[in-house]
Amino acid sequence: MTGFDRFLATFFNGEVIVRYLPSILQGVWVTIACSLLIVVFGVAAGVLLACVRAYRIAPLNVAIVVFADMMRALPPLVLILMVYFGLPNVGIMLSSFLVLFVILGLVLAAFTEEIVWAGLTAVDKGQWEAARSTGIGFTGTLLQVILPQALRMVIPPLTNRAIAITKMTALGTVIGVPDILNQATTAQSFSGNASPLTIAAIAYVILFLPLVVMSRWLEERFVRHRR
Amino acid sequence: MDQLLDQFFNLEIMAAAWPTILRGLGMTLLLCLLVIPLGVIGGLAAALTSLSPRRWVRWPAIALVDLFRAIPPLVLLIFVYAGLPFAGIRMSPFVAVAIAFMLNNSAYYGEVLRAGILSVPRGQAEAARSTGMTHAQTMRAVVLPQGVRNVLPDLISNTVEVVKLTSLASVVSLGEMLHAANLARSVTYNASPITMAALVYLILLWPAVRLVSRWQRRIAV
Repeated sequence: MTGFDRFLATFFNGEVIVRYLPSILQGVWVTIACSLLIVVFGVAAGVLLACVRAYRIAPLNVAIVVFADMMRALPPLVLILMVYFGLPNVGIMLSSFLVLFVILGLVLAAFTEEIVWAGLTAVDKGQWEAARSTGIGFTGTLLQVILPQALRMVIPPLTNRAIAITKMTALGTVIGVPDILNQATTAQSFSGNASPLTIAAIAYVILFLPLVVMSRWLEERFVRHRR
Repeated sequence: MDQLLDQFFNLEIMAAAWPTILRGLGMTLLLCLLVIPLGVIGGLAAALTSLSPRRWVRWPAIALVDLFRAIPPLVLLIFVYAGLPFAGIRMSPFVAVAIAFMLNNSAYYGEVLRAGILSVPRGQAEAARSTGMTHAQTMRAVVLPQGVRNVLPDLISNTVEVVKLTSLASVVSLGEMLHAANLARSVTYNASPITMAALVYLILLWPAVRLVSRWQRRIAV
């Protein structure tokens, strides 16, 4: 066997791939489902928090800032392990999928809040004044005039962040979520072959590379637009 | 409520776990000292090659950066740590973590530095070149200092992400802080050691997170 044959047999073993592809595909669906839930919940909650913050109600703002800071300063894996292993001992049983979704959803909400808030404050003050002077109320101005402009501005950083956080669904493996990585490591230990890990890596590239390329395109368009 | 406090803020267990967590913190800091410079150096290489005027340098560089931004760091880490031994390449968890994170971090630092270099007006480089400076001298003395200053908030928040990332090393049994805390958790059946590790992460990273937020507000998007 030549070195190249051995390389193929180790990382691209057809037999192993055929045997474990179905379980890895199941993992793909779990990863996609969890990612979509995280993005929908995280972005919605983050935008909502940023809008609430615009009303500048002091105690609420302190709570939002503390929440956003903590979620951004703590490693997600720390939160996942703390919740997954701590809550059952106080009588709250959550599935590993739910823990993963809730934690990463909250982390994305925190980052989204910060990004959207930066966008809201970057909209020119004149926009506020003009809208209010036509008789539109505060909420109307915020939702119909300011927020749309802010969201357009923050699409590139928000996309980048959403990709980075949905990629973290791989952390679910540690608490037993049957995602791509989990299926692959299980298959790898059963088969004694590294091919399932290669397939997992390829699956992630197929899922996320188009998004990464899209975010690069968005960013470049945005930068050119600004110049 | 008592039950919650006992499960997440048990002072007795925290005190008992503290020496273990402190040792883990030492490893976390050591990892940071290794992984951050490696990532910045790799990122600089990625930024410079992805801005090369030569197509055959630029395109592969961009492709590699995007590839490593598409693969979750944990997948990369497990591939390096558990996959490569099948090809006869064995390494300690520490080396596996260093390699996997270097690849991942270089891609992200690369993107930040690339944006920084692009933010410097072209005239700066042209002016420097016209004084007789070489391309390398121009980069080092004129473009990079300004570019880095322009993206300093992004560099800091990326570094925060890198520090947070070191917690993944616990998955390959490298005894950093989360690994130590989780070990204490599994022995005591109590989550307080992890709460404690979380507090240490907060003390380390909260100031940086706050600083960047205030900074970005001033600059605005």
